[in-house]
Amino acid sequence: MIPTAFDYYSPTTVDETIALLQKHGYDAKILAGGQSLLPMMKLRVAMPPILIDINQLDDLRGWREENGYLRIGALTRHADLEQERNLMERYPLLSKTAEWIADVPVRNRGTICGSLVHADPGSDWGAAMIALRADVEVIGPSGVRRVPIDEFFVDTFTTSLEIDEIASAVLIPSPIGRVGARYMKLERKAGDFAIVGVALQVVKANDGTILDAGIGLCACGDVPVRAKKAEEWLIGRSLDKETIQQASLLAQEDANPATDLRGSAEYKRDLVRVFVKRGLEEIADELR
Amino acid sequence: MQMRVTVNGRVYESDVEPRTLLVYYLREHLRLTGAHVGCDTTTCGACTVLLNGKAVKSCTVLAVQANGQEILTVEGLERDGELHPLQKAFWEEHALQCGYCTPGMIMTACELLERNPFPTEEEVRKGISGNVCRCTGYVNIVKAIQSAGRQMAEQNKVPNDQSEVVPSGN
Amino acid sequence: MAINQCELRPMGKSIHRKEDPRFIRGQGRYVDDIVLPDMLYMSIVRSPYAHAKITGINTDAAYQVPGVKLIITGEDLEKMKLAWIPTMAGDVQMVLATNKVLYQYQEVAAVVAETRAAAVDAAQLVEVEYEALPVVVDPFRALQPDAPVLRDDREKKSNHIWHWEAGDREKTEEIFQNAPVVVSQDVRFQRVHPSPLEPCGCIADYNKGTGRLTWYVTSQAPHAHRTVLAMVTGLPEHKIHVISPDVGGGFGNKVPVYPGYVCAIVASLKLGQPVKWIETRTENIASTGFARDYHMKAEIAADENGKVLGLRVKTIADHGAFDAAADPTKFPAGLFSIVTGSYDFQQAFVEVDGVYTNKAPGGVAYRCSFRVTEAAYLIERTMDVLARRLNMDPAELRLRNFIKKEQFPYQSPTGWTYDSGDYEQTFKLALEKIGYHELRKEQAEKRARGELMGIGISTFTEVVGAGPSHSFDIMGIKMFDSAEIRVHPTGKVIARLGVRHQGQGHETTFAQIIGEELGLSADDVLVEEGDTDTAPYGLGTYASRSTPTAGGAAALCARRIREKAKKIAAHLLEVGEEDVSWNGEAFEVKGLPSRKVTMGEVALAAYTNLPEGMEPGLEATYYYDPPNLTFPHGAYIAVVDIDTGTGAVKVRRFLAVDDCGNVINPMIVEGQVHGGLTEGFAIAFMQDIPFDEDGNCLAPNWMDYLVPTSLDSPHWETDRTVTPSPHHPIGAKGVGESPNVGSPAAFVNAVVDALSPFGVEHIDMPIFPWKVWEILRKNGVTE
Repeated sequence: MIPTAFDYYSPTTVDETIALLQKHGYDAKILAGGQSLLPMMKLRVAMPPILIDINQLDDLRGWREENGYLRIGALTRHADLEQERNLMERYPLLSKTAEWIADVPVRNRGTICGSLVHADPGSDWGAAMIALRADVEVIGPSGVRRVPIDEFFVDTFTTSLEIDEIASAVLIPSPIGRVGARYMKLERKAGDFAIVGVALQVVKANDGTILDAGIGLCACGDVPVRAKKAEEWLIGRSLDKETIQQASLLAQEDANPATDLRGSAEYKRDLVRVFVKRGLEEIADELR
Repeated sequence: MQMRVTVNGRVYESDVEPRTLLVYYLREHLRLTGAHVGCDTTTCGACTVLLNGKAVKSCTVLAVQANGQEILTVEGLERDGELHPLQKAFWEEHALQCGYCTPGMIMTACELLERNPFPTEEEVRKGISGNVCRCTGYVNIVKAIQSAGRQMAEQNKVPNDQSEVVPSGN
Repeated sequence: MAINQCELRPMGKSIHRKEDPRFIRGQGRYVDDIVLPDMLYMSIVRSPYAHAKITGINTDAAYQVPGVKLIITGEDLEKMKLAWIPTMAGDVQMVLATNKVLYQYQEVAAVVAETRAAAVDAAQLVEVEYEALPVVVDPFRALQPDAPVLRDDREKKSNHIWHWEAGDREKTEEIFQNAPVVVSQDVRFQRVHPSPLEPCGCIADYNKGTGRLTWYVTSQAPHAHRTVLAMVTGLPEHKIHVISPDVGGGFGNKVPVYPGYVCAIVASLKLGQPVKWIETRTENIASTGFARDYHMKAEIAADENGKVLGLRVKTIADHGAFDAAADPTKFPAGLFSIVTGSYDFQQAFVEVDGVYTNKAPGGVAYRCSFRVTEAAYLIERTMDVLARRLNMDPAELRLRNFIKKEQFPYQSPTGWTYDSGDYEQTFKLALEKIGYHELRKEQAEKRARGELMGIGISTFTEVVGAGPSHSFDIMGIKMFDSAEIRVHPTGKVIARLGVRHQGQGHETTFAQIIGEELGLSADDVLVEEGDTDTAPYGLGTYASRSTPTAGGAAALCARRIREKAKKIAAHLLEVGEEDVSWNGEAFEVKGLPSRKVTMGEVALAAYTNLPEGMEPGLEATYYYDPPNLTFPHGAYIAVVDIDTGTGAVKVRRFLAVDDCGNVINPMIVEGQVHGGLTEGFAIAFMQDIPFDEDGNCLAPNWMDYLVPTSLDSPHWETDRTVTPSPHHPIGAKGVGESPNVGSPAAFVNAVVDALSPFGVEHIDMPIFPWKVWEILRKNGVTE
């Protein structure tokens, strides 16, 4: 219940933060919302000697639309994205995903990039960002770079961030067309990590065909997974019963869940099918 | 590390180890023992307090992270000898038994009613799902929060903050 | 504000709780809230292995941590003859492991330091060398002749602990041989944990100057704990002062004496400073008293019309490494033989075998009167199996077999004397209130459309309130309970009881009982519990025993005071005692009701104006040994819908009709029922403590041991019938555990009912969605 001792830094600029990371290397951990890191430190699963609290980095706060993207600052809390009415129409998946994460006090504190950088394959945001085809904005000693979300997750608890880099924002392409989204999740208890989670976003063209479809799967592999075959199948088609049926079957093919206390791999794969089907049916109704 | 924090309207200046969790700072440095510890995994919410008006689990915030911020705990709810409507409603609706979850539950409810003064049963249940109660089965807690919401809307009370600087307990 | 504790005749009224003002202000005083001068903190080093030899312990590095004062190992305790202590179940258990560990998370060393953090830091640096031994987690494997013997300290070289039986084996056998219908069902009651929100913890404060140990502990049974400590440590009992401050929930978890407690006491004895030990949630789940872990087989013999004839039950009880169950001494399987439940069986035979495995010790009564939960679940589950086999409505089957109102007091075939009950009335109210027949109609319509809905019934009988002392004792101490009442000159009362509440509202309900008996309001009576220096001796609060035992003591103690008060009243009214009567609020002169004196006036006279020769004061103590247990009952009905896509079960409605005899405070009774139902729900659908084959505990925290939130827990509906206990002084029976005892079967029966078209007769708890999904897919049901 008590973390091991550490040196605490609370830098106020990104440059200062990067310098600290360069200096301390693997000894340092970034503290954002802390809702995964601090519990791990309390259980002494994580014992970083250096903690760099980035909550004073004002540049990492807030969201804005620019250059065809929604830029969400790294320190944006889950609750902000859950409650922000201005985002609900164009980016409905944000609110629909956020409300499934843990519980209110955790959502008040936890941050979107903190969750992505933690790279838990059971992370709801991971699946959602896959569905949204997001990029992660990364800042390091040599400046800013953008990493497509599919390249961001490398392995369980591992991202493509270098040791002296931080994630500063996520960038979500602004949809052109009507958007429908769902986050489907089954939990053992409210606020638990998903048995399986499915993030779905469909962008519909004026002629009723699907302009873009994004499907992210949570707890279906070592990293958040893209249901690529199902996405490809959907694009250019319309959301009728047969199309949805086929998409739900294809989505299973990209899912590679593990058997554990939450259920068998077979069960979880079937949940993927059920959730893709239900989610797309609901979206079809909504966008009709 | 030196820190300065406003708790229940009073400013405290303290020297704490960085690893001190906010809940232990409140409980052991300031001797405000309303926030309790019930788990090690950020599950139970017995330690919930308001940090700048937002409910947080104080076992999952470092005390030093509250530097320069404002905290409200259950001990700060009573005004001029008058119980907060939530405190009254918890009493009247029998929304507590052993009392261990009660301070955290009330603080989460406090933020919930701030956002939504007339929550439905479903909205209350969603709002307090991060606060475990092992005794009541939640039915009366839901009732109490809804009842407090109605009372607060009637009263529409504005809290009066009177800040004063005091040194911390340790 | 509607809060009124000042009314006279408080019995039966929903008086708002007297304890709440401190809790809603955050001013409850739980053990971790207490800080003493020079207090030290303790942390425990635990075994990562489930079964291993300890070949060495090195504390050098740990002692280097600044602030470390003391590290205790099993070897140190051996020198003090404290390495092992007796359990309440007649076994012994290790305090700190000496030569080997028998379960994961077993206590190996205790580190005491100046701060909480230093104690934890140093504990991490204690180096223990282990040599792994073969692990046995399955109790059936443990009973095989070639299984490794886990407890080499015992004379008996086997993992079998004890065999226990009740009922008549031969006569039951005879019935089974001739019965037209026999059903049999294997039923597992999984390993669960009471998990109160406040974990276990204590402060041991030994004062070398006075030679007294003050022990603050979150305890359900402070007096029993003091006696156990006196016996274990050799400290004279009057030099031990146990204080159980506010208790943040207990549910049976805070009945046993745990190794951490003994270590904290030893540390304080050695150091002469207060030592605080507060366990983490992981320590709580993984090492302190678990509950259930019963592998049961039930067989019912019946005739073709569904009349039950005989019941046969065989059970393997997995106790883990030590039998640390908190059962009355003569009842190693608790009151499990109440398993015939609400039904009129001619004969029954029940046998239970206790077994050791490499798992944490326990078998505590989790919101349960000693294995009654297992019994109620088993019989209610098996009655449904019988109904299914006979193609009979489970409601109809129950109505045909209830013990009838006229049969009370009823002698059960396993030796219990049920005090009172009206099962038919309670059940019929439940059926009517939930609209049973309409629900069955709806179910038929839905089935036709391929939708799955289920209705589950549980009409259980509880047995609570141990004593009586002729049968019940714990480590030889008879299970009575006590009250002491002092009426002060202004008519205000302080009452102390031998029990210890943990949220049940004793400060209110016992004030109501005493207020009612003395013509005072609940507000006039201050109830204190939990301090062994001041309260009379009692066995504590668990097994729904407070109202049956201490509640009886409170009423009879108040009546004892009233007897003396009557004499004083006669003196004040200037008539003979035989001319005075009690009208519920005052003493009056018979035939002249306007001439009266109140208890307040009598109280003042007891200190100022006594009859010649009478001993001053107005106080009494009463030790109440109940003549029998009480037998609350209830009829619970659950309605569930099943998601054929995910296998998830949604509890649409749940109605609990309870009969706990006369009710002291309806609001509190309803609150107890709500809380117990949520726990029963969690057991049915969420909770289990599984182990892998190496004995690793797979649910050692609240991430994996699932406690229900407001979103998981259904909305509860309640109602009540009243069949007073004929032998209890106020006709009350106790209610705290009924909802936890009665509800699991209702939930499971509902799910099985929904799946019965596929021939499903049983699903073991917890019913996770994947279990339902497997059944659905196996039967070709898919979305």
